[in-house]
Amino acid sequence: MKKFLKILLFISLISNLNYVKVFAESSAELLKVDWSFKSFFGKFDRASLQRGYQVYNEVCASCHSVKYLSYRNLAEKGGPEFSEEEAKAIASNFEVIDGPDSTGEMFTRPARLSDKFVSPYANDQEAKAANGGAYPPDMSVLVKARKGGADYIYSLLLGYDDPPADIKLDDGVYYNKYMYGNKIKMSSPLSDDLLEYSDGTKATTEQMSKDVVTFLMWAAEPHLEQRHKFGFRVIIYLVIISILVYFSMKKIWSRIESKI
Amino acid sequence: MSDHDYQPSSKLGKWFNDRLPLLTLSNHLQEYPTPKNLNYWWTFGGILTFCLITQIVTGIILGMHYIAHADLAFESVEHIMRDVNYGWLIRYVHANGASMFFLAVYIHIFRSLYYGSYKSPREVIWIIGMIIYFLMMATAFMGYVLPWGQMSFWGATVITNLFSAIPFIGESVTNWLWGGYSVDNPTLTRFFSLHYLLPFLILGLVILHIWALHVPGNNNPIGIDIKKPSKDTVPFHPYIVIKDLFALLLFLIVFAFFVFYSPNILGHADNYIEADPLVTPAHIVPEWYLLPFYAILRSVPDKLLGVIAMFASIFVLVILPWLDTSKVRSAIFRPIYKQFYWFLVADVLILGYMGAMPAEGTYLIIARVATVYYFLHFLVILPVLGRKEKTLDIPLSITEPVLGGYPNQATTKNNQNIKEKL
Repeated sequence: MKKFLKILLFISLISNLNYVKVFAESSAELLKVDWSFKSFFGKFDRASLQRGYQVYNEVCASCHSVKYLSYRNLAEKGGPEFSEEEAKAIASNFEVIDGPDSTGEMFTRPARLSDKFVSPYANDQEAKAANGGAYPPDMSVLVKARKGGADYIYSLLLGYDDPPADIKLDDGVYYNKYMYGNKIKMSSPLSDDLLEYSDGTKATTEQMSKDVVTFLMWAAEPHLEQRHKFGFRVIIYLVIISILVYFSMKKIWSRIESKI
Repeated sequence: MSDHDYQPSSKLGKWFNDRLPLLTLSNHLQEYPTPKNLNYWWTFGGILTFCLITQIVTGIILGMHYIAHADLAFESVEHIMRDVNYGWLIRYVHANGASMFFLAVYIHIFRSLYYGSYKSPREVIWIIGMIIYFLMMATAFMGYVLPWGQMSFWGATVITNLFSAIPFIGESVTNWLWGGYSVDNPTLTRFFSLHYLLPFLILGLVILHIWALHVPGNNNPIGIDIKKPSKDTVPFHPYIVIKDLFALLLFLIVFAFFVFYSPNILGHADNYIEADPLVTPAHIVPEWYLLPFYAILRSVPDKLLGVIAMFASIFVLVILPWLDTSKVRSAIFRPIYKQFYWFLVADVLILGYMGAMPAEGTYLIIARVATVYYFLHFLVILPVLGRKEKTLDIPLSITEPVLGGYPNQATTKNNQNIKEKL
């Protein structure tokens, strides 16, 4: 039994080592943030999520869609937890095309809670045409779609710099320390005091980056808080039942002369 | 078998059992004499059964919400993650369950290699096991395609393209597999259909695997034939049942850590980008459990030979009972084999690591050496070793070393060795 556990531990150590090596190949060391949603009991910082939504809405949303989020999600538990009225008010700022109506015509109406987030462009082609041929990726699962996750997006937002002398950049291409290949077609989206937070927090670039990444993490994993809560309960339950079964096993095996 | 004269106690039970002997089967499963010295490496059979059932149950539920269509698959997975009640839990259990399944099956296979469980009279169990393993890989590969992310699409493209290496008919075969001229919607729909079918074939083979096991009975850590039932055995229920349950619970704790705290760590980030036939990812990498084979495939410079080497690496396992010429089963009594066994484990781990690295420079050289050694182990070392190796003396029964009773001086030293090693 002891030997078995030792070997298991050894295997897990080795696999961790491999994991670190496999994934540590990016060009620059990512900036690390002590995210509130990491760790066992990790939860989203509610105020940060609400500010993050504001950054998304006022900055990112002009180019990036989050097509898998619905306005109702903004009022759901584990998210930014706007009140239902606030979420309704947010939704009503957007126009969606609905129809056909009884006369066969399509019409526009203000968005409702049940609508998906309205995309800035009608289709991918329009998005590309408006952005010099680069498609601004949908942000619904962006954090999960990038190696390094939240740290990577955060680093990227703060990674704009003057290019080294040996790198020539075309028009509309920018240098970023953390981007794959160091060239990015998005200009630095954030700058100090770009917007005014409604809760009075000072809008530094770091603060906005942190808030918007928190928001994007939630957008990618809207059930993260529930998952962490469940996980803790499940593991506690498993540990307790394992102990009980262990002693039952000892008792049963004590009937015969053998070790387990 | 000894329990075939079982008589149900009730009249109804007897009436039914005479017509369909399910109660006899149930009695056999309870009484099944199992060696009492099985260690925890033997609990993975039960764990694997659990994994299969988990995958089937979660898979059926996912199938109710998933849409197998190139334009809708990715979205339907996000729908499961966001809007289906506990959809995130079911999907993460299914996705990580595949990894857990492979983790368990690798432990199960390497246990068999260490204790010589594939040897006579258990060759058929081993071969059925290898077919199960092969089907598992096919099923897992097709399952990975279903979310229709970038890695799904490009993984499918790379693997299906392997068939184009077949001389003369390669291209037609590949087009036939795709249902078109590239990986597209017809490929996705047939992969979904097959991904739903294969687990049930696996289930059938698992039943055969267990049936074949119950004919000679379990091998055991010292690898000797034992009399059944005897003082060397215990009935399956409750002794093995409770022990398997305990091991399963420990396994579930590891499983739960992945599902609840790092559900995406074993997957590739690119698979959260929707499939785009116009954009090739920087590195196309299969799931971790296929990496050793991927390394073998890429270490051969010729495409056709690479494919042959990859399939051969599985085929040598199928014929392993005849490649290993040693009559002694357990590595405990084979001091030299034991060393080579650990070399093989290291070799496969190295291959896996190289499979994740780009196939160039030093990585490629190491992968080639590891590939050659892999085949050397099975095709040269094992056949020769079986004839040349001087094995240790083997005890007569399990009970002696366990109880510490040594009938004669000659085996005393040996038995002490065994005690340490068990």
